[in-house]
Amino acid sequence: MSQQAHHADEHRDDEASKIGMWLFIFTELFLFTGLFIVYAIYRHMHPVAFHLSAHELSVPIGTLNTVILLVSSMTVAMATSAIRKGQRLQTLLLLSVTVLLAMAFMVNKYFEWGAKFEHGLYPGSAILHERGFGDTMFFGLYFFMTGLHALHIIAGVTLILVVFAKVYRNKLTSENPVLLDNAGLYWHLVDLIWIFLFPLFYLIT
Amino acid sequence: MSGETHTIVSNKTYILVLLFLLTMTGISVAATQIQLDSLTIFVALFLASVKSFVVLTYFMHLKFDSLFIKLMVASMFIIITLVMILMFIDYDFR
Amino acid sequence: MTEQTQHSPLPNFREAKGKYSGILAWVLSTDHKRIGLLYLYSILTFFAVGVLLGLLMKLELIAPGKTIMTAKDYNAMFTFHGIIMIFLVVIPGLPAIFGNFLMPIMIGARDVAFPKLNLFSWYLYVLGALIALSSQFMSGGSPDTGWTFYAPYSFKTSTNMLPAVIGAFVLGFSSILTGLNFIVTMHRMRAPGMTWFKMPLFPWTLYATGWIQILATPIVGITLLMVVAERVFQIGFFDPALGGDPILYQHLFWIYSHPAVYIMILPAMGAISEIIPTFSRKTIFGYKVIVVSTLAIAFVGYFVWGHHMYTAGMSGTALWVFSLLSFLVAIPSAIKVFNWVGTLYKGSILLEPPFYWAISFIFVFMIGGLSGLVLGSLATDIHLHDTAFVVAHFHYIVFGGTGFAFMAAIHYWFPKIWGRMYDRGLAMTGWILFFIGFNALYLPMFYLGMEGMPRRYYDYLEQFHGPNIISTLGSWVLATGLVIIVINLVKSARSGSIAPADPWGGKTLEWTVPSPPTVENFEKIPTITKHPYDYR
Repeated sequence: MSQQAHHADEHRDDEASKIGMWLFIFTELFLFTGLFIVYAIYRHMHPVAFHLSAHELSVPIGTLNTVILLVSSMTVAMATSAIRKGQRLQTLLLLSVTVLLAMAFMVNKYFEWGAKFEHGLYPGSAILHERGFGDTMFFGLYFFMTGLHALHIIAGVTLILVVFAKVYRNKLTSENPVLLDNAGLYWHLVDLIWIFLFPLFYLIT
Repeated sequence: MSGETHTIVSNKTYILVLLFLLTMTGISVAATQIQLDSLTIFVALFLASVKSFVVLTYFMHLKFDSLFIKLMVASMFIIITLVMILMFIDYDFR
Repeated sequence: MTEQTQHSPLPNFREAKGKYSGILAWVLSTDHKRIGLLYLYSILTFFAVGVLLGLLMKLELIAPGKTIMTAKDYNAMFTFHGIIMIFLVVIPGLPAIFGNFLMPIMIGARDVAFPKLNLFSWYLYVLGALIALSSQFMSGGSPDTGWTFYAPYSFKTSTNMLPAVIGAFVLGFSSILTGLNFIVTMHRMRAPGMTWFKMPLFPWTLYATGWIQILATPIVGITLLMVVAERVFQIGFFDPALGGDPILYQHLFWIYSHPAVYIMILPAMGAISEIIPTFSRKTIFGYKVIVVSTLAIAFVGYFVWGHHMYTAGMSGTALWVFSLLSFLVAIPSAIKVFNWVGTLYKGSILLEPPFYWAISFIFVFMIGGLSGLVLGSLATDIHLHDTAFVVAHFHYIVFGGTGFAFMAAIHYWFPKIWGRMYDRGLAMTGWILFFIGFNALYLPMFYLGMEGMPRRYYDYLEQFHGPNIISTLGSWVLATGLVIIVINLVKSARSGSIAPADPWGGKTLEWTVPSPPTVENFEKIPTITKHPYDYR
């Protein structure tokens, strides 16, 4: 392993990879910033409607999802320590738990959205438009932001699965953990976004 | 190899961080029961910021990273804040 | 690295045999030099289309009323002209072409930090371009919103908006990844001894530009996604009928698109900062001040976007805040002009084509910049917004700025890239025709705007006829100059006289390697002890 890695080592710069990942994270952060700006503006314009609409979201499910993501952040962080201690099985286990938690999050989302669809609440629906401007903005933002966030969960899960495969095949070990670190960073970003989405949609009651 | 050393954070630290985060989450939810009116958003965002800081510092390893990376991350939030302020200079004064 | 003898030098990057041959050796190459050239060829192709559209628009405007096209066609023309020129030419432009080719060599590196990502960025460029191009051919018709895609029209029009905005979105990713790559490269791969303040100025501008690419592009990205959501789901963010605010679209759009102009101009200024010391045989005046002003432009430029929206309906407070910030950002730009002139002063001037392009750059850039102050000032902008004055301003600063700097850069680095020299006579002829044509084309528009001729109209009042004729004639002179330049460069790339490693007497690292460079750029990575532009 280390002989193959030798030539790659000459050109390998882990700090560069880390910085590169952070820069990419900044782009994602600013992507969501655009939406947070839209949220801030429309909340400013329709404080009462936002307050009332927030009541229609389930705080228990939202809280559960928050807990799920926080725990999954911990497990992937633990994986970055485990790989460095040479604990391959531990790493695989932690990565699996992270992915399972992510899937649980998505299942919850599915039910939440499903419930809203059943009530005729979705972007562009007639019922939503009838309810007034504030509601239209709140739910438009709710679906757009949690939807975009869900896409990022899928991306994060994909990245973690790639890392899982590499660890499984011993291509990623304590000698070259950077990809795992970077996948972890991406996952934490997904968690960070939710840390802000949760209070802004569920807790402004 | 780049020669940078990576501090290995203990699982115990990570668990403590998680417990802190869960506590903050609990407080945020409980705070919704209190009638805070216009303060609600500030309390919610403040607690979210505290949680974010902890996630950045420990889970995202910033505490053990170079000053450059720390400065970069801090600058991002400063820029975002400034943009928000400029937006509200329009919307608040219309 | 490989051992080599005196009489068998390493092949240059173009001749070197790699894993692939033919076209694959180019489109699968991760060599920053080949990627730079891939960008050059694709960008020039789209530039040609954009020029053609511009010439057709000017032909329409040679007389009032309908000349060669309907109003709807004219709207589609200026939209596509803008999309091509902004997203496909000037934003990628200098960083993707010259940044890719030269920056690693200028900092003493063998390539960028992430070569495969670099190639991927080019693929994204091509993909985004093709998607945007498809908007011209699908049923529904060519987009007619202007390149600015303003709401609510952008989601009400039946024209092919989706490919246009999705294409722009993909192009944004290309830009982001290039900026990311360059920033990491400059942080991690400078040669030993090259501290930040020994790095040449062109890389410095690419560094500042990289930050803008990373931090501004995502905002337009999400805005374009919101436009898609409007068109597909009627989500309502920008639709007044549903509670949305069209001005919010403008805010979000310009939060990117203003910093985007700094993506366009900073590398242009960087190229000029390389050329002026070389052709003055004198060190740059105020190196550190130029570095600080570069970073200041990038930073302050992030907060001035509202000056595109003075008449849109913002609050009074927002109006003066944005105007003040806009005046502030003009200061570091002006400082650079002082530095360039200060470099020329008492220099030993080498009168060659890159020098002429550089000083004419200063001339047109100043006109563009000063006219920007007229627009940045609230009282005057009320009268000039959406008139031909604005069109003149941005063509002077973008076409004059980035365009002239591109010409300066290609004439400066041509011998390095192709290992041959171009014909000086043809280059000078091309330059003078281009310069005269350019000013004849755009100068009348300042007058026309002040007199009230609106922009983006295919028709105008009879009193505007005369200056419009001059303008259209100017476009033909400009195009002639452009053709001569292209012929000169294409011919010389194939059969020009062989150029030495350092034909101009430049002091930066690219002039120490062969023309064209070898695959690995350097036999041995140099250790840097001197400041750049050390002419003592």
